[in-house]
Amino acid sequence: MSDARNRMVARAAAEIAPGMVVNLGIGLPTRVVNHLDADFPVCLHTENGLSGIGPTLPPDKADRNLIDAGGAYVSTLPGSAFFDSAVSFALVRSGRLDLTMLGAFEVSQAGDLANWKIPGKFSPGAGGGIELAQKARRVVVLTTQTDRAGNPKLKADCTLPITARGCVARIFTDMAVIDVTPDGFALRERAEGVSLAEITQATGAPLALPAGDIPTF
Amino acid sequence: MKLPDKTTALEEAVAHIPDGATVMLGGFGVPGTPFTLIQELLRQGQRELTLIKNDANETGMGVDHLLSAGQVARLITTHIGLNAHAIELMNTGRIEVEFCAQGILAERIRAGGAGLGAILTDIGAETELAAHKQRVEIDGRSLVVETALRADVALIHANSADPFGNLDYVATARNFNPLMAMAAERVIVETEQLLPFGALAADNVHTPGPFVDHVVELGTLSKEYAIVRR
Repeated sequence: MSDARNRMVARAAAEIAPGMVVNLGIGLPTRVVNHLDADFPVCLHTENGLSGIGPTLPPDKADRNLIDAGGAYVSTLPGSAFFDSAVSFALVRSGRLDLTMLGAFEVSQAGDLANWKIPGKFSPGAGGGIELAQKARRVVVLTTQTDRAGNPKLKADCTLPITARGCVARIFTDMAVIDVTPDGFALRERAEGVSLAEITQATGAPLALPAGDIPTF
Repeated sequence: MKLPDKTTALEEAVAHIPDGATVMLGGFGVPGTPFTLIQELLRQGQRELTLIKNDANETGMGVDHLLSAGQVARLITTHIGLNAHAIELMNTGRIEVEFCAQGILAERIRAGGAGLGAILTDIGAETELAAHKQRVEIDGRSLVVETALRADVALIHANSADPFGNLDYVATARNFNPLMAMAAERVIVETEQLLPFGALAADNVHTPGPFVDHVVELGTLSKEYAIVRR
């Protein structure tokens, strides 16, 4: 993983407060776990039926029956619990999830999220993403600021089929930390070595800049 | 009195699945996938199947064999991102895929198992998945009607079973298995261990035996039921 991505993931980890129940989506968000201390009090949930995810295991230490929703081999902690898929999503839909971190194809300035379908190209399905996006108490996104072709992923409106509307509160990218406010995107922090002009140019909608110094990460 | 014995030979149990059947399959990734029952279904070759499964396993594994053999007309699922082959079959129109939000698929199956007709939810209400679904207004909220799902047959992977079909599951192999075990006309279980009556404590039963029709003891575990090295 590049330095910029690593910094983004490390910065996102600071979003997790002690005591939270958190679901980390497939892809970059899962890597946040590498930045949490062993004695940090948090309950990680995975939608395939586990609360209290422990450290990821290499194949030779893995249990064939113990994975996270992305297929990574994980472990349990003292106090972990297993449950079926209905119970797992009852936990999500009833508001017991304090925070979810999700990947994105696009995020709109109204906080709409698109992350499950690129028509005709890649349609993996939404998995548990719709419920996580709609029902977690706080939804943040981890994504690169632009796609592989260099197009901004943060847009005025989503052009791809949406996962949920108005759900995203904050976006962590390789360039910046950006909040979704009632007035649209607002820059909060920038990655070290990245200029304001670069961030603005890589954002596909108006970006409000804070007064004074902008913290770096 | 004593409880009935439902142990059945693999071939005989799977032979109950007719062409055109709707088949639920437990599992989320490898854990809980009934690989041995799937292999027997592949061998017997029933066709025009509708499968209901959380995912499509990975290319060359589990239900992907049934897709490759042309046995599947329709797949109701939540996520097939780990199986590029299944995405290609969908994109080229060779299988029909219905996507469902994961927890809603679970609740539709649970509703089917509980003898209900549908559930009402706001999940996915603003997405294209719900675009053509019926709506009902409850307390001023527009909710989507998600119809209950039942199947002709459910294929279940258990950790242990007794001859009556009381089951338990381990770790994340539980997933959709106990829900599907309630929602089919005929429930076929493959079990890693067949325990004598009484060995599975009544308090620790995850699926009660009355839901189960056939218990197939696995001699050896399928080679596919293993650690996937990516």
